[in-house]
Parts: sequence; C-alpha cells; structure tokens
Amino acid sequence: MTLAGHWIYWAIVALMMVGLYVLIARENLVKKIMGLNLFQVSVILFYVAVAKVRGGTAPILVEGAGDVVYSNPLPHVLMLTAIVVGVSLTAVGLGLAVRIRAAYGSVEEDELDRLDEADP
Amino acid sequence: MIPLISAALFAFLLAVAVAVARTRDLFAAAMLTGIFSLLSAGLFTLLDAVDVAFTEAAVGAGISTLLILGTLSLTGSPEAPPRRSWAPLGVVALAGGALLYATLDMPAFGDPGAPAHLHVAPEYLADTPEDIGIPNVVTAVLASYRGYDTLGELVVILAAGVGVLLLVGSGDGGGGGERALGSESHVRMREKLVLRVVARRLVPFVLLFALYVQFHGDYGPGGGFQAGVVFAAGLILYGMIFGVDEVRRVVGPRAVEVGIAAGVLLFIGVGVASLLGGANFLDYSALDPHDPAHGRHLGILGIELGVGVTVASVMTAIYYGFAGRSRRA
Repeated sequence: MTLAGHWIYWAIVALMMVGLYVLIARENLVKKIMGLNLFQVSVILFYVAVAKVRGGTAPILVEGAGDVVYSNPLPHVLMLTAIVVGVSLTAVGLGLAVRIRAAYGSVEEDELDRLDEADP
Repeated sequence: MIPLISAALFAFLLAVAVAVARTRDLFAAAMLTGIFSLLSAGLFTLLDAVDVAFTEAAVGAGISTLLILGTLSLTGSPEAPPRRSWAPLGVVALAGGALLYATLDMPAFGDPGAPAHLHVAPEYLADTPEDIGIPNVVTAVLASYRGYDTLGELVVILAAGVGVLLLVGSGDGGGGGERALGSESHVRMREKLVLRVVARRLVPFVLLFALYVQFHGDYGPGGGFQAGVVFAAGLILYGMIFGVDEVRRVVGPRAVEVGIAAGVLLFIGVGVASLLGGANFLDYSALDPHDPAHGRHLGILGIELGVGVTVASVMTAIYYGFAGRSRRA
C-alpha cells in the first residue's frame, strides 16, 4: 500500500461516494438518475484503472514493433458495452420518471409518499 | 507528466461531481453531467482505453445529456429544497470507508503482475494476429472471443429500447403543437443562423464518420457500439435544431423499430450461419472453409454491423419517444 500505487483507486472511491450520496440523499427522481450516472462512470473508471499496465499502450497491435506492452483489453470490452447498456437503462429510468410525473404531477420522492398516503 | 494530467483530471471530475450534488438547478446539473462524461473520456484515453473513451464521449456527453434535458422539459427543472439529514452522509462515509479499506489489498496501480493481467488477457493479445488477423484486440475480444457476452448485451439494449417505447410511446400520435425536445427550444434554435448553418454542414460528416467508425473498428478504435451512438447522435443533433419532424421524414419511426430487431437478428443470423457451416454457434471460422482467419474477420464485420444497427435504432427510437411526448405535453 503506497500513495503512488493506490491514489487513483482512492480518487475513484471518492467520486463513487459523491454519486452514491446524490442517489440516496436527493428526493428528485431525475437528480437520482444523475447520481446513478456519476456512480456508473466511477465504476467504469475503476475497471479501466485496473486494466492499465505500467508503460503499456492501447491494445491495438503494432505490427513488427517487437516488445510492446499492451494494457489489458478485456476490461475495456466489458466497460464499453456497459456504457451503452447503461445509457439504455438510464432512458428506461427517465421514462419511468416521465410517467410518474404524468400520474402524480411531481417527481419529488417525499411528495410522492405524501400523495400515496393521502390516497392509498 | 501523465500522473500529473490524471491528477488534474481527477480534481476536475471531483469538482464537477460535487457541483452536481450541490446545485438545485437541474438544467445546470444536466450540463455538468455532460462535462463529467467528457472529462472522464479524457481520463479513459490516458488509461489506454481508447475504445471506452470513444463510447463515453458519444454516449455520456451526447446522448444521455440530451435525454436528461428532454426529461426535464417534461418534469420541470427546479428541485425542491433538500431535507436536512445526516443519515445519507453516514451511509456514504461507511461505504466509502469499507471500499478504501478494500483497496489496501489491491495490487499497485499499473502492476504488470496483477492477477487481472495473468488469466486470459495475455492469450487474447498473443493469439489475435494469428486467429483473426486484425490489430484491434478490443474488437477481437468483443466480437469473436466473447461474442456470446456481446449478444447478451445487445439483447439487454433491445429490451431497454422496447421498455422505453412502452413507457413513453413511440412518439407517433399526438396533437400538432410546436413542442419538440426540449420543448419550445427548437423553435428558438431555428432562428440561430450560426447553429443552423453549422449543423447543416456538420451532420453529414457526423454520419459519414459513424460509418467509418463502424467499418474501421477492426483496425483502430471503433466498432458497432461506438458507430451506433455516433450515428444516432448525428440524427438527434439534427432533430434538436430543425425539429424532430424533419428527422422523422428522413428516418421514419417504423424504419427505426424494424432496425431495432433487424440488428439483433443479423447478429443471431451470423451465429446460425456458422452452425450451418458445421461449427459452434458464433464460431465464424466456418464462414470460410479455406481460411479460418478470413472467416472470423467476415463474422466480425457481420455482427458489428448488427450491433451498430440495433444501437443506432434504439437510441433514435428513445429520442423519438421523448420528443413525441414533450410535443404532446
């Protein structure tokens, strides 16, 4: 454990926690989805940081260049598909928020709770 | 130098994230999440993940920001004042502490001997030139070695697209008010001469670039996922400025719905073709009995095209859905 070897993971954890805070502390559903997006990008950053090899380069093979060190391509594959799946699911979440707004006239969670209690 | 740049980018990312958490103006927060994505794309590039950076820049800074803006035009922007409570902060501190404690057991950043680099990754890097003969190992893993995973991801995207269409509608019906995504903005935007002229010149090149990314993904950063989102972003950009009806005249909602299914079917079709050739599902070597590497190359082109068509169609369909709804609202 060293500062030089681990600071990047600590920075990612800090980012992740900001996203988690927005997700659980804010009442507005759209804001929650933004928090979820911050959280998701942090997780993706974490995987990509794990894939990095010191002195490595992007995993696109250089022909006849002898000993080139490449970073690990596998996490890159998983994360690039995760981003596109993530935006599709963000769209589903936003669609739900739109429908909730149409049904309740609000996207604030405590307001929704109040309306539900008033009219079970 | 590189650690310095990454540290600076991380500082920016943290500042933007905190700004998103603090502001109560949701429009500002939406733009800030776009900036967050663009900054993280820079960081991905520094960490050698060029394909990921590409996707994040097109998705995070482009499409998801637009979707959030479109939603806000339907749900309203100012957020209610937050309830003061220490409980969330406590939960976050606890979770963060646990994660920090866990990182202490991790191998140092960039350690070539880390377990993550010792399992299958070296095989992928060593075998790709002989097995498939393309330089971009990310594409090779995505489309060939791990084709099953990619098919699964594509089906998730299809399901999400269908879900959004069920939730917000396909944007077909509805009164003829002049409200498109985001609401009355495109009427205002149409009056902006610079935007109009630049967009008209730029959009064809965005679409052309998407095709380049699609078919050059074997050799450089790119592939179906990136090309799909870039293509959809081009269409959405056009729709933002000239109104969604203009785009729907070019690419009809029906064509988009067919495209969603056609891409997945093409992907599965390539798999079935390899079955008929006597090999396993998605083992493309059967596509060319004389030269397995060439067969695999053909298979990758086919499934990447399927991925690109479905991703572009789903993104465009989602945009049509939100835009059609804000017009009716």
